[in-house]
Amino acid sequence: MTQSRSSSLLDPSILFPALGGAFRKLDPRSLARNPVMFVVAVVSVLTTVLFVKDLAVGAENLGFSFQIILWLWFTVFFANFAEAVAEGRGKAQADSLRRTRTETEGKLIGADGKSFKLVPGTSLKVGDLVLVEAGDIIPSDGEVVEGVASVNEAAITGESAPVIRESGGDRSAVTGGTQVLSDWIRVRITAAAGSTFIDRMISLVEGAERQKTPNEIALNILLAGMTLIFVFAVVSIPSFASYAGGSIPVAVLVALFVTLIPTTIGALLSAIGIAGMDRLVRFNVLAMSGRAVEAAGDVDTLLLDKTGTITLGNRQATEFRALRGVPENELADAAQLASLADETPEGRSITVLAKEKYNIRARDMGTLNATFVPFTAQSRMSGVDLDGSSIHKGAVEAVLRHVGNGAGSEAVRELQSIADEIAKAGGTPLGVAKDGKLLGVIYLKDIVKGGIRERFAELRRMGIRTVMITGDNPMTAAAIAAEAGVDDFLAQATPENKLDLIREEQAKGKLVAMCGDGTNDAPALAQADVGVAMNTGTVAAREAGNMVDLDSDPTKLIEIVEIGKQLLMTRGALTTFSIANDIAKYFAIIPAMFLAFYPQLGALNIMGLASPQSAILSAIIFNALIIVALIPLSLKGVAYRAVGAGALLRRNLLIYGLGGIVVPFVGIKAIDLVITALGLA
Amino acid sequence: MTFSGWLQIILFCAIVLALVKPLGAYLTAVLGGGRIWLSPVFRPIERGLYRLAGTREDEEQHWLAYTLAMLAFSLVGFLALYAIQRLQGVLPLNPAGMVNLPADLAFNTAASFVSNTNWQSYGGESTMSYLTQMAGLTVQNFVSAATGIAIAVALIRAFARKSVKTLGNFWVDMTRATLYVLLPLCIVLTLVYVALGVPQTLGAYVSAKTLEGADQVIAVGPVASQLAIKMLGTNGGGFFNANSAHPFENPGALVNMIQMVSIFAIGAALTNVFGRMVGDERQGWAILSAMGLLFIAGVAVCYWAEAAGNPLVHALGLDGGNMEGKEARFGIALSALFAVITTAASCGAVNAMHDSFMALGGMIPLINMMLGEIVVGGVGAGLYGALLFVVVSIFVAGLMVGRTPEYLGKKIEAKEVKMAMLALLILPLVMLGLTAVAVVLPTGVASMANPGPHGFAEVLYAYVSAAANNGSAFGGLSANTPWYNTTLGLAMLMGRFLMIVPVMALAGSLVTKKTVPASAGTFPTHGPLFVGLLIGVIMIVGGLEFFPALALGPIVEHLATVAGQTF
Repeated sequence: MTQSRSSSLLDPSILFPALGGAFRKLDPRSLARNPVMFVVAVVSVLTTVLFVKDLAVGAENLGFSFQIILWLWFTVFFANFAEAVAEGRGKAQADSLRRTRTETEGKLIGADGKSFKLVPGTSLKVGDLVLVEAGDIIPSDGEVVEGVASVNEAAITGESAPVIRESGGDRSAVTGGTQVLSDWIRVRITAAAGSTFIDRMISLVEGAERQKTPNEIALNILLAGMTLIFVFAVVSIPSFASYAGGSIPVAVLVALFVTLIPTTIGALLSAIGIAGMDRLVRFNVLAMSGRAVEAAGDVDTLLLDKTGTITLGNRQATEFRALRGVPENELADAAQLASLADETPEGRSITVLAKEKYNIRARDMGTLNATFVPFTAQSRMSGVDLDGSSIHKGAVEAVLRHVGNGAGSEAVRELQSIADEIAKAGGTPLGVAKDGKLLGVIYLKDIVKGGIRERFAELRRMGIRTVMITGDNPMTAAAIAAEAGVDDFLAQATPENKLDLIREEQAKGKLVAMCGDGTNDAPALAQADVGVAMNTGTVAAREAGNMVDLDSDPTKLIEIVEIGKQLLMTRGALTTFSIANDIAKYFAIIPAMFLAFYPQLGALNIMGLASPQSAILSAIIFNALIIVALIPLSLKGVAYRAVGAGALLRRNLLIYGLGGIVVPFVGIKAIDLVITALGLA
Repeated sequence: MTFSGWLQIILFCAIVLALVKPLGAYLTAVLGGGRIWLSPVFRPIERGLYRLAGTREDEEQHWLAYTLAMLAFSLVGFLALYAIQRLQGVLPLNPAGMVNLPADLAFNTAASFVSNTNWQSYGGESTMSYLTQMAGLTVQNFVSAATGIAIAVALIRAFARKSVKTLGNFWVDMTRATLYVLLPLCIVLTLVYVALGVPQTLGAYVSAKTLEGADQVIAVGPVASQLAIKMLGTNGGGFFNANSAHPFENPGALVNMIQMVSIFAIGAALTNVFGRMVGDERQGWAILSAMGLLFIAGVAVCYWAEAAGNPLVHALGLDGGNMEGKEARFGIALSALFAVITTAASCGAVNAMHDSFMALGGMIPLINMMLGEIVVGGVGAGLYGALLFVVVSIFVAGLMVGRTPEYLGKKIEAKEVKMAMLALLILPLVMLGLTAVAVVLPTGVASMANPGPHGFAEVLYAYVSAAANNGSAFGGLSANTPWYNTTLGLAMLMGRFLMIVPVMALAGSLVTKKTVPASAGTFPTHGPLFVGLLIGVIMIVGGLEFFPALALGPIVEHLATVAGQTF
């Protein structure tokens, strides 16, 4: 994914159309959305008009004024270009998708469940069953009800490696417009034409009426305020100069003004926002609004479901605990026999453990002449009957009830104490009995995902509290919570107490993120500040959340938070950089501006710029080029590190604050050398 | 620069720092509304005042009501002061027979004292009757200072309270600040000043025969009482025209030190009040540290510039520092220190002629005022001015840690940024705008005593001082003209009230917000990193816009002086 991201940064297929887009964005209505760049455009028009007037009367220094005007327009153009590139990255995908959408045909399965007929993709209704075979484009969003296939989702994710989509499990959702590469699947359509993921994405990335997010609005106000302050600073100069007996050309004043106002961040602000949304899309997460992405950065509390997020989906057997006097081998053997026909993941894990630890090979039920006794809700046990003996395994109480008084009270007590011990440690005990005799206990354990503990430690450093949500009893939940390293847990969770927990946190002023898939998750998803619905989830859940994760991977919540933070950080870093740049620009332009009537001010020319004209030109050229130079950063985002706010701020202040002071000194000097060598000034 | 010079500077800083905590605790108790040890004496008076005015002291105000109360109060004070000046010739307590003031001067003076500026286009001893001085000017010295404290406290409450709508009661805050803080401290200070040789009398001016046998009228009056509030309330309006350079208004080193300390005392202590009220004194210390570093830097440059002296004078064979316009009893160190303190703190009292400072020495007071006097600052005004910069710093830097910026748990969003920027826009608009008009207008130029960059600096200084509500002046400008009286008066009113309204709107928005608990993701605002950041933002956002003006004034003057050139 990183690969596809970085390669598309300089993709010519995006850059060239963006050039055209940059011209189209010169439309005043489009410019007016961005106060800083609008002001630059206005003064560019003003100086252009004055230039034409000067041209008519044949004033001097026309070449110099012309160059300034040229770079003023470049400044506006580069800002438009940045926005166009950011939009272009999403738009390119949307365009190709729109093409596939219109051409797609679906193989609608008839009432008999076997035959199909070809229908246009747009005519499919929710609930229709379609067959998709190797080479077919999936006609609309849906859920795999049968089969396994490898699917190329490059059209939406930009990731060319195929992904597996299969029925059941958490990878059953397929997206319209993606292509099946091998095998076949039957898909139940879940979205009608016009409301599919692609339709939403197209409207998101193409929506020229993109809503500004709250933080973006606040930042725009700050930038507008700074611009006004520099209006005062520059507008007062002609009068000061006239008192000193000099006059300053309008082009020079405009150059000073444009270099002082925060054009760098003003130009890149909307590109940063668009790129943030785009990063989520590339992450297979669809945010319904930019506001949700921003909120993700602010999240204080993360509610994570235990199963699938913190632990692997299923419990696994990790140990056989035999009663005193029973050889462990005997217990393992019995447990394995009882599980041979048990196709549940727990059952399979028992045979695996028996093989790995006790070297008991799997046997075939048929050759053993064995009959499987399946699990029922009444017996709460499963087992096997062979050679006249019967083996049972199941919930400890059920097994005890089954053996009745046949086992000695001593053995019952021992079994119970082992079972309690296991439960206390967060595991699930399964009793095993053979022919009415208690053998021991199978220790089933929730396996905490590798690396998850480190992730939680990282979240803690980011200042985010993690709460594990589980249906387990408090004792088991506490043990798993301790092992996984979450900060808190909610045991025996119900939709109601989940909702209460979110409200409680929010009352404390915290922002809460959670993910969910079921209909009963919908109220909590709606209440949470960031609610990520799984794409495989129910329609109700998807409507309630403000993000949809196409991969249905609850762990992604953590990355979503990082992307939100990255978005805010990039804005802050470029704002700081932009403002810090002003110092060097003053030292370039002020001495140049006043040199004619106060030659003493030449002492302020600490960069040793060649001439007043080259100094002013260098400053405005630097100001325009820095926008282009920072486009990649604004699209990629400032790297986020989970090191705590203090350390993060120190680092970013050093890079973008101090760097913002130093870089323009170097840059302006270098440009001055170049334009002097070229004889431009 | 001398060792003893620096020793006195350090002594001053040490005394101010030592006062921060005890005075902060006392102010917190007073403004918190609780009983204090002075309550038995002043509580009955306080209650009587509320009964008289029909104020219910437990009734809290919404930000708008608070602001309107403040504006109404200031308007009434303004009109009363204007009337007294226009009528002082027929009013009592006028032994020197002062005449009624002309309209423009009365307007200027009324604006000046209501806005806590104390710009004086008049000479006190030759213009104002005792009644005007005491019932007009001194009253405003008290209440304008108390108003500043009230606004600051309202803003502090906005950070300290959560999810409520009210910010306190203006009438109560103003009354308590006057009654429990300013009045008792001034009574003590007045007695101290009298003991140290400052006159305090309602008698007529004294006539004396000089050694040459000529007659001289020596002006006296209720000097000590006005001196006390002039410093403590960062007003700065001198009883005498020469202000604290006058031997009766500043007889010696000890009085000088007490004056300097009382300029900073309340402003510095308010940072501690802030810390206490938001529940973390370190927050207050952080703000005071940023102020302190800017202050020390200013003192160092100013003292260095004055001690280095004038190269043009050195060329004539006269070595040493620049003593022009300085009192011999204070010398270079204490004159430079006083100049930096008085402009850092919106006071405007002077013990030397700032006009006669070296170009760079005079630039420091200018910069102090341009930044909005947030280096300790005027009572109240300094803190709320500094908090505006804090809001902007937090907003920009807070983003860099990847969260919606928050300060003390309050989220800084569009509304807060808007109000902070509005308040910060006022100063450059008024300072640069009016200077730009004045330096090209014949009426404006006619008042200038010096040509070239120094004349420019004089006009700039006047408008900067007025808009920042400082009141000190570069003396060369003849400001008592209709043009300057009117425009400077407007500058003072705008610099005060157009700033307070957005500050109060900011407070009104903050107070309704929930407080987000701090976590590892919120960056600490009490450490050196934050102090450094705040200083950077103050210099860049608050200072950079003045660079062209400074370049054309003191900077070019300095470069010219070094090059041996005069204008």
